[in-house]
Amino acid sequence: MSALTPTLPGQKIRVGKNFAAWLGVLPFFVFSLLFLVLPTFLLLIGAFQDSAGNLSFQSIANLARPDIVKSFVLSTEISATSAIGGAIFGFILAYCAVSGGLPQWIRPTLMTFSGVASNFAGVPLAFAFIATLGRTGLVTAALVKFFDFNIYSAGFNLLNFWGLTLTYLYFQIPLMILILTPAIDGLKKEWREASTILGCSNFQHWRYVIFPILWPSVVGATLLLFANSFGAVATAYALTNSTLNIVPILLFAQIRGDVLHDPNLGYALALGMVAITGLSNLAYIFLRARGERWIK
Amino acid sequence: MKKSRFGAWLAVLLGSLYFVLPLVATFEFSLRLKRDEYSFEAYRIVLADPLFQSAFMHSIILAIVTIIIGILIVVPTAYWVQLRLPKLRPVVEFITLLPLVIPAIILVFGYIRMYNTSSFLPLTQTALGTDLLLSLGYVALALPFMYRAVETGMRSIDVSTLTEAAESLGAGWPMILAKVILPNIKSAILSGAFLTFATVIGEFTLASLLNRPTFGPYLQLIGAKRAYEPAALAIIAFAITWACMGVLQVIGNATRKSTGGKS
Repeated sequence: MSALTPTLPGQKIRVGKNFAAWLGVLPFFVFSLLFLVLPTFLLLIGAFQDSAGNLSFQSIANLARPDIVKSFVLSTEISATSAIGGAIFGFILAYCAVSGGLPQWIRPTLMTFSGVASNFAGVPLAFAFIATLGRTGLVTAALVKFFDFNIYSAGFNLLNFWGLTLTYLYFQIPLMILILTPAIDGLKKEWREASTILGCSNFQHWRYVIFPILWPSVVGATLLLFANSFGAVATAYALTNSTLNIVPILLFAQIRGDVLHDPNLGYALALGMVAITGLSNLAYIFLRARGERWIK
Repeated sequence: MKKSRFGAWLAVLLGSLYFVLPLVATFEFSLRLKRDEYSFEAYRIVLADPLFQSAFMHSIILAIVTIIIGILIVVPTAYWVQLRLPKLRPVVEFITLLPLVIPAIILVFGYIRMYNTSSFLPLTQTALGTDLLLSLGYVALALPFMYRAVETGMRSIDVSTLTEAAESLGAGWPMILAKVILPNIKSAILSGAFLTFATVIGEFTLASLLNRPTFGPYLQLIGAKRAYEPAALAIIAFAITWACMGVLQVIGNATRKSTGGKS
């Protein structure tokens, strides 16, 4: 077919150029196939095999084991609490910095600090919270000294649910601020003026103007926060030393030494984790596209 | 109006308290090693530890290798997608977002299964091979922000005019990329590089599960054994993150000035 059509000189050059272009993007695709797509894909295949490599749904069914269900529930609770908490406090701080009538310097300071704090996760963050709210931490000791109040006798423990959630908030809130500030920036002053002229109350302005515009960004970002803490390993591992059986910790122990005594169950665990983080992230990407319609 | 401003101040004040207190507490804790006085003894012990020095160097080298591989993969891709293959843009963008969807622990689990000693490409057989695998894993983790940074830089310059001008002067495309495009998106690449550095330097999950003695696993090891040194290490790690973000800020401001506040 191509032999019959006369080739114009211009066409020939274009084919040659596009060949170079395809060659140029080839490393990217080879890389993502070998180090992103295939490893994940092969791992997830393992969830549908038995130890001999035959098709089997036993491992998926084994996810219903009480200990595994328990760790999924615990993980979901911690991630949801820290995501919703991060969303609420992050939104309040971002909104105050953008349109709270505060001095000019607050905003860039908050943004820079959020950039640092959202990256300050993992092992060092765990150390920081042990030094703050651990049994001999500064805040723990100060509360005993000045208020005669021991948070540990009151039932608080840094190594359990609320401790981990409080620690996660340290990177969740800044992440929320970073994601939401552009969206809050998109709220135009004219809209506020328009609703004031039309006699809107403050509540009505929030309910009928701000909420419909911001909800995709806020919900999307909350889902990103949820996935972010659901997949996090290092902070929890360094903080609780694997006493708290959340899914990533369980998976970490399984990779280290097959604590489940069933490699394929490990793959099924990975599948369950990817399903949860994947779905909430895809929803985030979709909602972000929706939310960005207002940002010009 | 006044009332709402009071609320805003209160929110910012409480927020700062939550964010500053752990840093103050960690710093105070790190000075407590000697019983009766504040001292920098914990820092001295940590910095003099040969294990610290080797782990830290290991992480720095890994970060540099990661940044170089990342640039080599991302820059040509962003260039050709912008110039000749715009149809590929959604596909490429989707792939660069994948590391957000796949948690690091899943990625490394996949690597261990795919590149183990009895596989077609037994990267984990040697220390060097494992380091390479670790680096490539970091490239994957850093892909979302590396690509976004470079792509933003690419959009802010006129790629096709620059390319045509260079072509009419007789440059081939490796020359165009290296001598024309790269210098023009230097600041974008630098931002991507520093973000990558901040991510790689204290990374724990991949390094620990691939059994490489880098800074992240070292931190964990010290945390399990010692009392005051971990606090000193946390302060050091925080300072590194802060430095990276500070450099980013400076680069961003410089770019804004040179483009007349456009980007």
